[in-house]
Amino acid sequence: MRGGRLSSPRAGAILPLVVVIFALIAIWYLGAVALNAPQARDQLAEGAGFRDLVAQTWSMERPVLPAPHQIATELAESLFGRPITSPRSLVYHTWVTVSAALAGLALALALGLTLAIGIVHVRLLDRSLMPWVIASQTVPVLAIAPMVVVVLGNLGITGLVPKAAIAGYLAFFPITVGMVKGLRAPDPLQIDLLRTYDAGPVQVFSLLRWPASLGFLFPSLRIAVALALVGAIVAELPTGAQAGLGARLLAGSYYGQTVQIWAALLMASATSLLGLAVVSMVEALVARRRGGRL
Amino acid sequence: MRNAPPFIWAAIGLIAAGLARHVVADGTGPVLAPSLIALLTLFLAMLGFARREGWAARLATPALFGLVLLWLWEMLVIGFAVPFVLLPPPSAIALAFIRHLALLWQDFAQTYLHAVIAGYGLGCGAGFLVALAIDRSPFLKRGLLPMGNMISAMPIVGIAPIMVMWFGFEWPSKAAVVVVMTFFPMLVNTTAGLAEAGAIERDLMRSYAAGYGVTLLKLRLPAALPHIFTALKLNATLALIGAVVAEFFGTPILGMGFRISTEAAKMNLDLVWATITVAALAGSLSFGALALLERLVTFWHPSFRGSS
Repeated sequence: MRGGRLSSPRAGAILPLVVVIFALIAIWYLGAVALNAPQARDQLAEGAGFRDLVAQTWSMERPVLPAPHQIATELAESLFGRPITSPRSLVYHTWVTVSAALAGLALALALGLTLAIGIVHVRLLDRSLMPWVIASQTVPVLAIAPMVVVVLGNLGITGLVPKAAIAGYLAFFPITVGMVKGLRAPDPLQIDLLRTYDAGPVQVFSLLRWPASLGFLFPSLRIAVALALVGAIVAELPTGAQAGLGARLLAGSYYGQTVQIWAALLMASATSLLGLAVVSMVEALVARRRGGRL
Repeated sequence: MRNAPPFIWAAIGLIAAGLARHVVADGTGPVLAPSLIALLTLFLAMLGFARREGWAARLATPALFGLVLLWLWEMLVIGFAVPFVLLPPPSAIALAFIRHLALLWQDFAQTYLHAVIAGYGLGCGAGFLVALAIDRSPFLKRGLLPMGNMISAMPIVGIAPIMVMWFGFEWPSKAAVVVVMTFFPMLVNTTAGLAEAGAIERDLMRSYAAGYGVTLLKLRLPAALPHIFTALKLNATLALIGAVVAEFFGTPILGMGFRISTEAAKMNLDLVWATITVAALAGSLSFGALALLERLVTFWHPSFRGSS
């Protein structure tokens, strides 16, 4: 399940998670030894012992698989060790990507909500547009990213806008589909009841449909957050690695800087998880204001 | 007027649309009048179909809508002489599709038949087997599931450059990205599915003296099928995305992702759009095939009963 709810850390759930994480890190170290050994053996002098080999595999300049502490060092250095406006700072690159993802998310929310409201209220839109919205989810939308970037670049539009457009395009489908489902969630009996109170469509929407849809909005938002970030990252690839997490990935792969790739990847994952956490926090806030239930 | 059968409106509209398309290319007559007639009649046709029930009407409305969009695209691009490097008209894309069919097929074979299918099979298979394996250990399940959920939310396509370094430029590196992308959704969904069978049904199986294997095969796997199909359908799209994006990071001179990125840089936008059409067709056809299979296999599920 993509973008599934982060399970709340209950007391009984923490120990297994910690054990699994430590096991993964141990496997990672072993993997680093196994994968880097051929290269490390070339660099070591004749007669070096196994202990030296292991130490060498964990501290190479361009390892096949960098050891976790190497990535952590690189992360710490590029996050805190450099001024944040410098293009060598990971904070700077992360912000470039996140700002595009956020702009795209805002775009997706506006468009998705508008479309969902239209689809729920206008039968013609429901019948004509909805099948296409669903079908377009089965299409690898990311494939169009290079073209959008190149075409918008021809028009003189570069920087944030093309990336936000792709991020928004990706994030808008889950929001639309989720909100259509949510706005249709109220019981027909309740809609009938409101109608007997002489409520108009606006009141039905604000009193019944909108509150009912919030339970669907947040799960869709989680998927949308993850997708918007992926969209922003991939949209940075065709511009030739100027700035952003995607650019760090591409530059790292050009120059064989594996540690840099892994650091960018971890940063992207952390950002994604942070986004999910923010959505969950907002959800909890909204739920509390409404008496603990969405 | 409004009760006229919508297919008459549709026929008139399609004829008028064809006429307008013919005129706009030649410049031999008025464009506006047939265009307006086409738009109006096609709108009426869609309204008429939208009000009707039955599968034909349900199919006709979106089909007409799609046609109208394509036609508008064609008319606007030709009518306003939009530069080819910005947006080619659909007819040019169709032409490019036919002209480069052999090339498109080679790209499709490289990306889909090799990378996607191998990666999808391995990733889904591994996810399923690991889910079966950890199902017997609640400890592992509690440790791995939050992990799987977290990793599913991460931008996994980012591992593409690493996989290209490890496995080289050829399709195995793309398949490796697909494996990682499809593994976790399958793991999480299969585990959720295996928890689906209720305590009463399990007790019943026990009272029949059914062992772990029989209970799994006859009760829990069938009950898990809807969840497994959810993952299979989700993964079908993810796999294609993973393979295409991985090709942006380096590939031999074949493949859909390679074609899109290089031809976009060379401004051959008709070929780019043709490749995107191939990707869209591959994605929606595999999704459709899986949805059909799901219908056949899990016909007993409430979401399918009553609708067919």
